[in-house]
Amino acid sequence: MQASTVVLGVIGADVHAVGNKILDFAFTNAGFTVINLGVMVSQEEFIEAAIESDAAAILVSSLYGHGDIDCRGLREKCQEAGIGDIRLYVGGNLVVGKSDFVQVEKTFKNMGFDRVYPPSADLNEEIAEIKSDLGID
Amino acid sequence: MTSDMRYILCADFGSTYTKLTAIDMQALKILGTSAAYTTVQTNILDGYADALALLEKDIGTLDYDKRLAASSAAGGLKMIAVGLVPRLTSNAAKLAASSAGAKLIATYSYDLSDAEVEEIFNHRPDMILLSGGIDGGNKEVILNNAEKIARIEYNFPVVVAGNKAVAGEAGRMLESGGKEAVITENVMPELNKLNVEPAKAAIRELFIRRIIDAKGLAEANAMMSLEIIPTPLAVFNACEALSEFGTLTAVDVGGATTDVYSMADGLPENAAVIEKGLREPFAKRSIEGDLGVRYSMESLIKEAGIDRIAIESGASPEAVTAHCKICTQDTSAVFPSGSTAAKIDNALAGECVRISMNRHAGRLETVYTNMGEVQLQTGKDLTKTKYLFGTGGSVINSSAPETIMAKALYSQVDYDILKPENPKIIIDKNNILTAMGLLTRVDKQSALSMMKKELMSEEDM
Ligand code: B12
Repeated sequence: MQASTVVLGVIGADVHAVGNKILDFAFTNAGFTVINLGVMVSQEEFIEAAIESDAAAILVSSLYGHGDIDCRGLREKCQEAGIGDIRLYVGGNLVVGKSDFVQVEKTFKNMGFDRVYPPSADLNEEIAEIKSDLGID
Repeated sequence: MTSDMRYILCADFGSTYTKLTAIDMQALKILGTSAAYTTVQTNILDGYADALALLEKDIGTLDYDKRLAASSAAGGLKMIAVGLVPRLTSNAAKLAASSAGAKLIATYSYDLSDAEVEEIFNHRPDMILLSGGIDGGNKEVILNNAEKIARIEYNFPVVVAGNKAVAGEAGRMLESGGKEAVITENVMPELNKLNVEPAKAAIRELFIRRIIDAKGLAEANAMMSLEIIPTPLAVFNACEALSEFGTLTAVDVGGATTDVYSMADGLPENAAVIEKGLREPFAKRSIEGDLGVRYSMESLIKEAGIDRIAIESGASPEAVTAHCKICTQDTSAVFPSGSTAAKIDNALAGECVRISMNRHAGRLETVYTNMGEVQLQTGKDLTKTKYLFGTGGSVINSSAPETIMAKALYSQVDYDILKPENPKIIIDKNNILTAMGLLTRVDKQSALSMMKKELMSEEDM
């Protein structure tokens, strides 16, 4: 596995492109090899890209409020595809409206995501945390 | 500018016929053509001599400045492509082998299973293209597959065009199994980025160095001014040259396979459409091994449906079945134009064209979002291609070649397939594409002038 390779994309029918570009820029600057799939990425595309690139993590964004439906089953599909151990991160406006983030985090962790990030969080801290998860210093 | 060459002879060594085309480079015209029966079992040179005798009877004995040849004899260049993910490196390997003029017989993905290894052995390929993993990506699968391929007890060379980190190691594994390994750049160095030229060049080099000999073409090759190339590569070169006149697609319907070529960037014609997946190359070839009007008739009918062939030809399903039986026994059978048999043949060729184009062209998928409909395109948008060329015996010898080729056009039924909408249909009546493709190797400009003269009228330009 390539500890510093991550696959990035905005899941489902979501076209919010700005955050994706910022994440690509920030993770690349932090020393990651970023495989950026852009917007409107299906679960299969994330998984296929992770297999070919031997990525250590998949970074999923969802901004338009349908994250819950779009992300369901991703962990199981990774397991089926032979990359069950890959780290899964998700962030953005994951559900419609201003729901309680603790509840949102729980929902996504139950789905098999390792960490869940709200839109407002500090990107530098998030990157530091992900680096330490992946054993990069 | 006129050429300093006078006469050029082009040969096409087929599995049953050797075809010759004599070209006058000063007048830029075809002086004559001939064809004689040959098989590799006998001697390819006998067929060549017979064809030459026929040609000389027509146009006399000429002093040729250059002799050029293509070959699809002895099964063509039979290749197998191996990659990791079907839509990614396997697809890239497939596109690379196809563009090199190979007859691709199978494509495999992920770790090869024992059954697949057995299949590869049974296919007796001339060459394998092994890929897998983008550069810096997955290493295990290509190494596992190299090891399995190394152990296959049949001697074929392998082009290794996968993850650069382990390409050398994969090569050494193959060599330890007695296989020649040629290591070249990754067919997909970055995700969704194709890099087919280095693999194509490696395949070509191996074809010249090893396959020509193995196919019994060494003596014929020695008589030529340039090395023999695979016939589909000659057609590919001709199409590539023709694209100077505008974007095009071409379909070559054969007895065993149907080949489709497209020369167009294929980007979305509608700016609102979002591209997905691999961006395919400007010059793309695909080969359908299950679509052909003779050897692949059974799989063709299975795919098209016997009722469809019956409706298209106006014959009964029983008549189609009977026809199929006759043609399987006598693969060189030809039927008088207007007969039921000829109509069935036209329907079969039409289905080859329709299905192969459906597989070659890109697709549009509509997804419904809270912003309304969004359209996603995978593969090439060929809707606006300017020309559609038809070639191959069952098209050019048919009484209704345009009707057959019209099956390649965009249709409401397959509304999501981005096929040519309104191209000029051009039939390669005199079967010159292979010879012209060969000619591009020595004088592309003259080849273009001749193709313009032979194939296109003023209004086509
Ligand atoms: C611009 C915009 C649009 C543009 C997008 C243009 C484009 N191509 O990018 C358009 C007009 C197309 C649009 C459409 C819609 N939008 Co809009 N849009 C916005 C807006 C105003 C800004 C988004 C933006 O660019 N933000 C700036 C970037 C930098 O921030 P970000 O995207 O949040 O990303 C950062 C973080 O979230 C985080 N992050 C994200 N993912 C991940 C992943 C990981 C692993 C980590 C660590 C961090 C992380 O890091 C990113 C970088 O800093 C937001 C409101 C807002 N102020 O955020 C609404 C907003 C996102 N949109 C919204 C909605 C509802 C829609 C529509 C459904 C509206 C509609 N009915 O038409 C459609 C959906 C279209 C679709 N299919 O996707 C809602 C979503 C509500 C929800 N989730 O509950 C928002 C929040 C507005 C609102 N308050 O209602 N939108």
